[in-house]
Amino acid sequence: MAQETFSKEELSRYSRHLIIPEFNIEGQRKLKAAKVLVVGTGGLGAPLLQYLAAAGVGTIGVLDFDVVEDSNLQRQVLFSTDDIGKPKVLAAKERLEGLNPYINIVTHNVRLSSENALDIVKDYDLVADGTDNFPTRYLVNDACVLLGKTNVYASIYRFDGQVSVFNYKNEDGVLGPNYRDLFPSPPPPGLVPSCAEGGVLGVLPGIVGSLQANEVIKVITGIGEPLVGRLFLFDAINFETRTVKVHRDENNPLNGKNPTITELIDYQEFCGMKQSTEDDIKAISVQEFVELQKSTEPFQLIDVREDFEYEIANIEGLHIPLADVEEEVDQIVSDRKVVIHCKSGGRSKKAIELLEKEFGFSNLYNLTGGVDAYFDEVDAN
Amino acid sequence: MAKIIIPTPLRKFTGNQASFETNSETVYDAMEALAAAFPEIQKHLFDDQSQIRNFLRIYLGDEDINVLDKEKTSLKADDVLSIIPAIAGGKN
Repeated sequence: MAQETFSKEELSRYSRHLIIPEFNIEGQRKLKAAKVLVVGTGGLGAPLLQYLAAAGVGTIGVLDFDVVEDSNLQRQVLFSTDDIGKPKVLAAKERLEGLNPYINIVTHNVRLSSENALDIVKDYDLVADGTDNFPTRYLVNDACVLLGKTNVYASIYRFDGQVSVFNYKNEDGVLGPNYRDLFPSPPPPGLVPSCAEGGVLGVLPGIVGSLQANEVIKVITGIGEPLVGRLFLFDAINFETRTVKVHRDENNPLNGKNPTITELIDYQEFCGMKQSTEDDIKAISVQEFVELQKSTEPFQLIDVREDFEYEIANIEGLHIPLADVEEEVDQIVSDRKVVIHCKSGGRSKKAIELLEKEFGFSNLYNLTGGVDAYFDEVDAN
Repeated sequence: MAKIIIPTPLRKFTGNQASFETNSETVYDAMEALAAAFPEIQKHLFDDQSQIRNFLRIYLGDEDINVLDKEKTSLKADDVLSIIPAIAGGKN
């Protein structure tokens, strides 16, 4: 690779880096040669992109599919009021080019998906994950592991922040853990509130995204000790910081002892959020249900009938009347089959429609004919 | 007394209490004691097979209990247990 050179203006611009002994012109050259993809231009992306641009990272990919909204501006300090309604990547590009005209900003105005992720990520040296949902977290992680890219991770919720450096290979060739080593499976939809529901202190992504930018710069330049095999935790409300260890897990399906994931998967489905239409509602016949009861396969049974009906006769399902399903959603599991029944199948179908549409469940089965059909079958035998 | 640090997403079930002290002798017992003190947190800590939910990580000091003795890891006075949930940001 041709050695990066700097104009007089650039040398002046980066002079505070150049006089740091560990950093100097070599560090600055590495930054200029680096290609970093920032996924998400939200609360974390705002400080991340601005510090990476200011620091002189030569090529920065900016990926987002959203437009700027007024409720973003409480924390997404990359944008100004005039940007409301603009695609985020375009507003970001304008701002970053204003900040540093000596770098190259590449925009990706798309939603990262299993179809496009490998093609986009392959052109970069490193990815910084500033996304806002579990499916994309796993997608970014898996794409990085499959392509051998380092994934600098940060995440926030209300007052809590997390930072780590995943899938980093050190100079001895030792590979560090990735996101699936830390969190092998996602929480079921509806159990962990999102920032949209739970809120987030506006300055928190500013702090956490700045730490993330610091790790990106360390990984590129090779200075210091990157946050590999460690998870940094920040509790902004009590000002508590902790760093805990993260180990590689031999059961990791991507790069453990027996890898089972060799290509990108359906991450909506993996996170229990598969969208389905009414016609897709899965049914289980009474015969199939009886077989399921006899088998060792774990499942959850839910009865959505009214209290008085349940008291007359029930088949030991968890009792959540249809009207309470939304409120009691936390009790419904997403990691195994859930059979929902009522008297004859109508109300349970409504419950499933609601749960799939509003909460993204994909593991729900309607007992055909309901408890009436079940008792008929059992009586007949 | 060992101390359990409760992460923000679970504090709404503990009346915003950020930590909990217990004389329990193992990690599992400490989690059960926490759930007994705050029944609403039960279903967020345990699945309906009474296993600690697999998207939570439990740390003793700075070490993952999975590389210690898992739920059976014994606790001493002054030990600090952390519950670390997966968080994803805006649109979980």
